[in-house]
Amino acid sequence: MSTTYELSHLRVLEAESIHVIREVAAEFERPVLLFSGGKDSIVMLRLAEKAFWPARIPFPVMHIDTGHNFPEVIEFRDRRVAELGVKLVVASVQQAIDDGRVIEERGPRASRNRLQTTALLDGIEEHRFDAAFGGARRDEEKARAKERVYSFRDEFGQWDPKNQRPELWSLYNGRHHQGEHIRIFPLSNWTELDIWQYIAEEHVAIPSIYYAHERQVFQRDGMWLSVNEFLEPGPDEEVVTKTVRYRTVGDATITGAVESSASTVEQVVAEVAATRLTERGATRADDRVTEAAMEDRKKEGYF
Amino acid sequence: MSELLRFATAGSVDDGKSTLIGRLLYDSKAIFEDQLEAVERSSEAMGSEHTNLALLTDGLRAEREQGITIDVAYRYFATPRRKFIIADTPGHIQYTRNMVTGASTADLALVLVDARKGLVEQSRRHAFLASLLRIPHLVLCVNKMDLVDWDEARFEEIKAEFRSFAAKLDIADLTFVPVSALHGDNVVTRSPNSPWYEGSSLLHHLEEVHIASDRNLIDVRFPVQYVIRPHNDEFHDYRGYAGTVAGGVMKPGDPVVVLPSGFSSTIASIETLDGPLDEAYAPQSVTVRLTDEIDISRGDMICRPHNQPTSGQDIDAMICWMDETASLQSRAKLVIKHTTRTARALVKNVQYRLDVNTLHRDDGTGSLSLNEIGRVQLRTTQPLFFDEYRRNRTTGSFILIDEASNTTVGAGMILGPAAPPS
Repeated sequence: MSTTYELSHLRVLEAESIHVIREVAAEFERPVLLFSGGKDSIVMLRLAEKAFWPARIPFPVMHIDTGHNFPEVIEFRDRRVAELGVKLVVASVQQAIDDGRVIEERGPRASRNRLQTTALLDGIEEHRFDAAFGGARRDEEKARAKERVYSFRDEFGQWDPKNQRPELWSLYNGRHHQGEHIRIFPLSNWTELDIWQYIAEEHVAIPSIYYAHERQVFQRDGMWLSVNEFLEPGPDEEVVTKTVRYRTVGDATITGAVESSASTVEQVVAEVAATRLTERGATRADDRVTEAAMEDRKKEGYF
Repeated sequence: MSELLRFATAGSVDDGKSTLIGRLLYDSKAIFEDQLEAVERSSEAMGSEHTNLALLTDGLRAEREQGITIDVAYRYFATPRRKFIIADTPGHIQYTRNMVTGASTADLALVLVDARKGLVEQSRRHAFLASLLRIPHLVLCVNKMDLVDWDEARFEEIKAEFRSFAAKLDIADLTFVPVSALHGDNVVTRSPNSPWYEGSSLLHHLEEVHIASDRNLIDVRFPVQYVIRPHNDEFHDYRGYAGTVAGGVMKPGDPVVVLPSGFSSTIASIETLDGPLDEAYAPQSVTVRLTDEIDISRGDMICRPHNQPTSGQDIDAMICWMDETASLQSRAKLVIKHTTRTARALVKNVQYRLDVNTLHRDDGTGSLSLNEIGRVQLRTTQPLFFDEYRRNRTTGSFILIDEASNTTVGAGMILGPAAPPS
C-alpha cells in the first residue's frame, strides 16, 4: 500500500467520472445512459457499474440504432445489458424513417448520421429523460473540447456554445426546466489512449472488431470501408482482403477500419500511443463535411 | 505510475501563449497530422503567414471568425511521467470568469510575460487570480527571450519585479523560466542560448513539480453523495455511503461523527467494486460503511470527532460574479451548492469590490457586476459544513445559481464564518 497517497492518472480519471455519475443519479429524476457498444460507452457503463456496486445501475441504457450495425457490436450490447440486469431502450432511426419523421439521404455518400439526432431526441422525449450520459471525450474534436461535462440542452435539444454555464471545481449545476435536459459527459477528460490503457488495466471486454481481423474492404475517401449488406462498393472501388481493426465503432456505412496487426489489447495500446492521426480524422466520414461539422450537428441536438 | 497534472494558462494572442501550448503539444506528439493539416489549411485560408496554432484550440465557429479565444478549451498531452490537462483560457479582463473557471481545478498556473514589455496589467491580474483560486504552483514564463538577446539582466529584472508584486499575494511555489516559445528554447529541453539559467526546461518542471502534498491529507471530510441500498438477496441489509473523499485519510476502524446529526460511529469498511480498501484519500470515489445503523442521507458530512468543519449558516466569502444579465445586490436570494448540499442563500452584505488589476478595495459599492470579484456575507437556509478555501478547495468552495434562469451566476471561496446577525 502506498504511503505517499498518490494515484495514477487513470485512477484520478476514474474517480472523477464516478463522482459525476453518482451526482447525476442523486440529482436527476430520469437519467439514461447512451450505449452504442463502442469502446467509450463500454468504459462509461463499466464506471456506472462501479459507481453503484453492489447495487444495480439505477437507470436504463439507450441505444440510438441507425440500423447499420456491425453484428458483433449488437451481440456484445445485448450480452452486456443482460449481465448487468439493466433495461435497454432502443431508439431506432429505421423507425423514424418508416414513420416519416425523417427522410433517408440518397446517393453514394448517403448516411444516417444526421438522422440519429431525431431518433435520439424522440427517445429522450418519449421516455421523459432529463439527463443523458454520453461517452464523448474532449480530445476527440475541437467543438467537444469546449463543451461542459454537464451540457445544457433546451426544449429542442440544442447546444448553445456561446451560452454555456460556468463549471467550477467538482460542483455541477443540473438545474433545468420541464422539457429541457442535460447531456452528461463523464469521460470528458479521457483521451483515446486513456480509454485503451483502462481497457487493458481493467480487462474490460470489448467487441472483437476492435482487434485485428481479416475483412473484405474497399477504399473510399482515403478510408477502408467494410463490404456489408448496407454498403456496396462502386464500380471503380476494388474490393480487397486486408487485416484491419476499428478505432471507432459507429454507423457501418461511414466508419472506416484501419490497417493493423494489433490483435491484443497491449498491441492496441502501443499502436494508439504511436499513431499520428486522430481517431475521427482516420475513421469517420461524418466529421469531414466541414470544419465546424461537429459544432453544427451539436447545435441541432446531436450527441 | 503516471500522475495527472492540471494546469491553467491565460493570455492573449500577442504574448505567445498559443505558440507555447502548440510547442508543448507538438513536441510531445499530442498534435496529430490531420489536426495540423487542418490548421495549416485554415491559416492559409485566413491569409495568415505562419501556421496559427491558436486554431488548434479555438474550435468554435465564432472564435475562428473573430480570431479570439472566448471559452476555456481543454487540451491533453502526456509524457511517460505524467498526463497533463491544460485549461487554456482567454486573458482579457472581460473573460475573468472563464479564467476563474479554468483555475478552479488547476494544480499549476502558467503566466506568460513578454521579455520586452515586462510585467503588464494582464500578467498581474493572472497572478492574482491564480493566488485567489489557491493554485499551489505558479510558473512565470518570460517569453520572447530571443528578442532581448537572451539578456540575463533583463530576466533578473522581470523576476525581481514579479517577486515584489507576488509578495502581496499568497503564492506557495513560484518558478521562473526564460523561454522562446517560437524557437522552442527551454520549452522541452534546456537551451544553449541561456547558459546562465540553471533551472529546468518548462516541460521538465511540469513533469517534476511535486503535487502529491498539495491535497489536504489531515482533515477527514467525506460529503455523502449517494446512499447505496441494493435491495437484493445477496446484499439484503447492505447500506453504504458513496462519495468522493474531500480531505484527510480514512481507514476502517476510525471513529467518525456524522453532521448535522452529530451521531458517532466507526468506519466498518471502505468498499469498491474492485475490493475493500485499507485507506481512502482525496480524490478517491469510494463507498463507506459504518458499524452502526444511523440515518444518513445525501448532503451529510462524515468527519472525525475531534476535527470537524465549521457548521454554520453565516458565511464570509470572496465571490466572482458571472452573470451577464444582472449584478449581485444585497438582499438577493440565490441557490447555493456546496459539496453535496444544496440550500438557498441570502446576500446579507457586499462588503467591498476588489480591483483585480491593482488589488485596491472599493468599499461601499454594494454590488458586483459581471467578472467582478468582491467580499460578500451570506446567510443560508440550512447549515453548511465548510472549511476555509485556503485549507480545503473542495469544502471551501461553492457556486451560486439563479433560481429563475437556473444558470450558474457566482463562484465562491470561503474565508470563514461570518458574524451571525445580531
